[in-house]
Order: sequence, then structure tokens, then C-alpha cells
Amino acid sequence: MSQLIKKMRKHRVLLAMLIPAFIYIILFAYIPMAGIVVAFKNFNYNDGIFNSPWNGLANFNYLFVTKKIFTLTRNTLLYNIAFIFFGMICEVGFAVLLSEINNKVFKKFAQGFMFLPYFISWVVVATIMLNIFGDNGVINSILHSMGLAKFSIYHQPAQWPIVLVFVRLWKQTGYGAVIYLAAIAGISQDLYEAAEIDGANVWQKIRFITVPSLKPTIMIMVLLALGNVFRGDFGMFYQLVGSNQMLMQTSDVIDTYVYRMLTTSPNVGMTAAAGLYQSILCFVTIVVANGIVKKLAPDYTLF
Amino acid sequence: MKIKKGKDAIAFDTLAYVLVGLFALFCVIPFYLIVIGSFTKESSIITSGYSFYVNAKSFSVEAYKMALKTPETIIHAYGITIFVTVIGTALAIFICTITGYVLSRQDFPWRNGISFFFFFTTLFSGGLVPWYLLCTKYLNFSNHIYSLIIPGLFSVWNMIIAKSFMKGIPFEMTEAAKIDGAGDFYIYYKIILPMAKPLIATLTLFIALAYWNDWYNCMLFMSTSKNWNLQYTLQNILNSQEALKRIAAQTGMQVGQLPSEGLKLAMTVIATGPIVLLYPFLQKYFVKGLTLGAVKG
Repeated sequence: MSQLIKKMRKHRVLLAMLIPAFIYIILFAYIPMAGIVVAFKNFNYNDGIFNSPWNGLANFNYLFVTKKIFTLTRNTLLYNIAFIFFGMICEVGFAVLLSEINNKVFKKFAQGFMFLPYFISWVVVATIMLNIFGDNGVINSILHSMGLAKFSIYHQPAQWPIVLVFVRLWKQTGYGAVIYLAAIAGISQDLYEAAEIDGANVWQKIRFITVPSLKPTIMIMVLLALGNVFRGDFGMFYQLVGSNQMLMQTSDVIDTYVYRMLTTSPNVGMTAAAGLYQSILCFVTIVVANGIVKKLAPDYTLF
Repeated sequence: MKIKKGKDAIAFDTLAYVLVGLFALFCVIPFYLIVIGSFTKESSIITSGYSFYVNAKSFSVEAYKMALKTPETIIHAYGITIFVTVIGTALAIFICTITGYVLSRQDFPWRNGISFFFFFTTLFSGGLVPWYLLCTKYLNFSNHIYSLIIPGLFSVWNMIIAKSFMKGIPFEMTEAAKIDGAGDFYIYYKIILPMAKPLIATLTLFIALAYWNDWYNCMLFMSTSKNWNLQYTLQNILNSQEALKRIAAQTGMQVGQLPSEGLKLAMTVIATGPIVLLYPFLQKYFVKGLTLGAVKG
């Protein structure tokens, strides 16, 4: 005991330097974690988080009885899997292509353009979408001038998964490609020279040197993404789908649902239950995924 | 050394240039289109819609005139966003680097335990509801400007980036300074920080971008328009007739007379402009920063 105090005294300045982050993480991460008890309570504002009366699993009953939550879970999961899969193909693909381009000016401009969408908010993306796909949008102007009927993707719920995957690729590919490009820059040139001497062509060099060398980066990126596979990108779904009831059939995710319930429903307990359900799904996924990686390729684990 | 290119290399080069070029265009054309749209006459938008180009007949700066006629809305929102971005970024950088430094010190006995204490919060969270209740019921976030700053003050991921960067600074620097009698805070502030400029540039970009583009916290906590930031003001102009009415009242016009379609795009250009114009200067750091960010913690 006295040893601990001695140690703490020795490092008192370093400990003091941790105080801001410590307070922050206790206040905004650990106290809300304790606040998940709301999911098991009949919450009312006057009694607050810790004094409201308990009501057991009633909130979870409300949540699961409508089956809506399962549709939302499926939507969230499938969207994220599509984002991870197509995102990775495009990011790795364009990183490889960019690395083979020797014209510095072309490369710089192309990279700059690809990166631009990453810099804007989802609010701006929503305006851009309207500008292109809206009733007065560019596409409809062109259709109109050719004498064709107007077409609105805002009335086509079945097409929205495709639309959202495309928007996602548009916004994130430039960013992801740079991460992989950095990894490619770290590959030893000796490998390529040796392969050339052995008579390897471009495709073989990519297949047997570049892509295998990117494996650690790909593994880390996929693991990180899997940790959030049950969390929908709130900004994207909220701004692009909004309150369009028709589109919600195919494009509502857990996060937009929780937000809507929080702002409109008096049943705070049930909303908290939905949030807890989501957190548990995420936690289990990442722990299992990390465990599998630990068995198969121990060097690539997240923790 | 110049190696003569084989057929496969030429084919691949062509493919690379074409695909990358097409994708780059795909990324940038929407930006071109909103700029064009914002300079298009309202009557032209209504009769024949937005177009790929603007000619002398359909050109108009009316939307921008209108946007700048409402300083109460736009200049104010700009002010809020700039204030929040500057204060928030400065504080966040301080907290992030100081925490990262302590946890990177190999003579700090609790570094692994405390690192996991932070990291665990990225694996499991209480969800939106308890956090929201805490902020509104107990911390009085509603309609206060600090509710736009505090949520972005600390991110475990940024801290991990800072920590792994600082691990790369030789520990001998710290040891030598300690022998000279320097205190821990002095070492952090006077020795480590000046060596961490690439890190600081990177974090500044990430954090400032997040503050600049934030509308979520504004939407959660600001019921009155007093402290609305730029993105949230924009969102309201895009989505609600209310916001248009307010602008109409400020300019002394009827809602029907407003060039509302063009105004939406002009507002978008005004809200996005600074970030996009700054971008060419930031690009270099950003790429470097992502390289840092890709390092495992």
C-alpha cells in the first residue's frame, strides 16, 4: 500500500497530466455506461436515471414485440457489410492504380479530386443529391430535354441500397485509398526489382507482392469496421433518407430509429433498451472477430 | 535506370489512367454542378430545371445577393462555427497530446492499464440515451454554446494516434531532460510538443474538420436558433419552410418571391467554400497524417 502511494507520489505530475482525459472519459463514457440501467427502468424525468422505478425486462418486451427492431438490425448489418466489402475493393483497387501512375501532376489532381467529398458534411451531400436527382435536378432536366418522363429516386425505395452504396463510395474512397497508398509506399522496392529480374509482369507483381503486403492493413481496417457493423452511419441515413416514409422501408437503421424515438417517444426506457441491444451486438461481434483473428493470424489482432 | 515497358505495362498504365481519371471526375462533378446551379436564375430552374452549364440568359447572382442580405442568419452562424472550431480544436489538441504523451512514457508504470481503460470505451458504450440524458438533465447542455464544444473534446482514436507517434520519439530525449532537472510537464510542453509538429498538424485537420462539419450536436441540444452553427443553419434552410420565412422577413420579401432553390445552393457553396479552398494547402499534411493514423496503436 505504502509502496503504491510512494509510486504515485513519484509520478504525481504525470498522473496530474492525465486528469482532463480521465474526467472526460469517466463523465462521458463510463457514467453513461452505468446509465444503461435506464433500459431496465420505467424512466421519468423527475426521478432521473438512478431514481426511476425498475420495471425488469418490460422495455425489451416492447422493443421486440413489434419485430421492427429485427428489420432495422438486418438493414444496418447488410448496409455495413456492403459498405465494408465494396469500400475495400474500391479503396485497395484505386490505391494500387494510383501507385502505378507516374505522372506527378495527374496523380496529385486525381488524388485531390477523389479526396474532396470526404471534406464535406452530410448536410451538403444531401443538397448535392437533390441538385442531381431531385424533381428539378440535373438528371431530370436532361430527361426532360430529351422528351422523356421524369424519374425520381426519392420514390424508389428498392433502389436505395444501391444509391446509398454509391454515395458511400463517392464520399469515402479517396480517404481509404490514401491509407492503402501509404501502406504500398512502405513496401520494399527490392521485392519488385527481384520479381522483375525473374520476369514477373505487372499483374503478377500486384497479385504476389502488393496485395499480400497490404494484408495487415486490410485486416486492421476490416476489424475496426466490424466493431461498428451494427451501428448505422447516423449522419448519412438521417440526412439522405430523412423523414421520407417511403424510403424508410429499405433505408431505416437502428441509429435513426433510436434518435427518432428519443425525440418523439415518451418511452425513454425502451429507446435505451434499443441502444443497449445495439451496444451488446457490437461488443460481441468485435470480441468474437478479434478472437478468430487471434487464432488464425495472431499478428493482426486489434487488442 | 529506365526499363523498357512491355505490352502488359502499357496496357496496365492505360487502364490506371482511365479508371483513376474517370473516378476523379465522378468525385468532382457534383461540386461543379452545385456551383453552376447556384448561379442559375430561379425562373430558369423552375421552368427547365438545373443544368450542366449556365449561359448568359440563365446567369444570375441573385441567390448570393439574397444570402448575403441576411447577415443575422449567415454571418452569425459563421461566427458560431469559427468560435467553436477554434476553441474546440485548441483544447482537444492539448488534451489529446498530453494524454498521449503520458501513456507513451515507458517509465510510467500504469500505462497499459490506463490505455485499456480508455480503449474499452471504443468497444462498449451505453448508447445514445444515457449520454443524452446526462448531458441535458444533469449537465445543462441545452442551448449553451459549450454543448457544441465538449462532445468533440476527446477521442480515444486520436489519443492512440498521438501515443503511437510519441512512442517514435526517442525516450532518451525525456531521460536527458530529466537528468537536467526538467519537470514532466515542462518536458511535454517544451521538448516533446515541438518535435510533434506533423502529429499536431494532422490532429488539427481531423478535429477542426469534425467541428466545422458538425450539425449533430446542434440538432440534439439547440432548440432555439441563437447558437445554431453553419451546417445546422444550412440544414434548416434546406428542409424547412420556417427558415425560409425567417430569411424572407429579414430581407423584407414574401416567401414566394425568394429565389429559394438557388438560395439553397448558394448557401451550400458559402458553407463549404472555405474548407474546399483551404484543401489544396492541407492536402499535403492530410496524406501524411493518414499515414500516421494508419499505424496500429
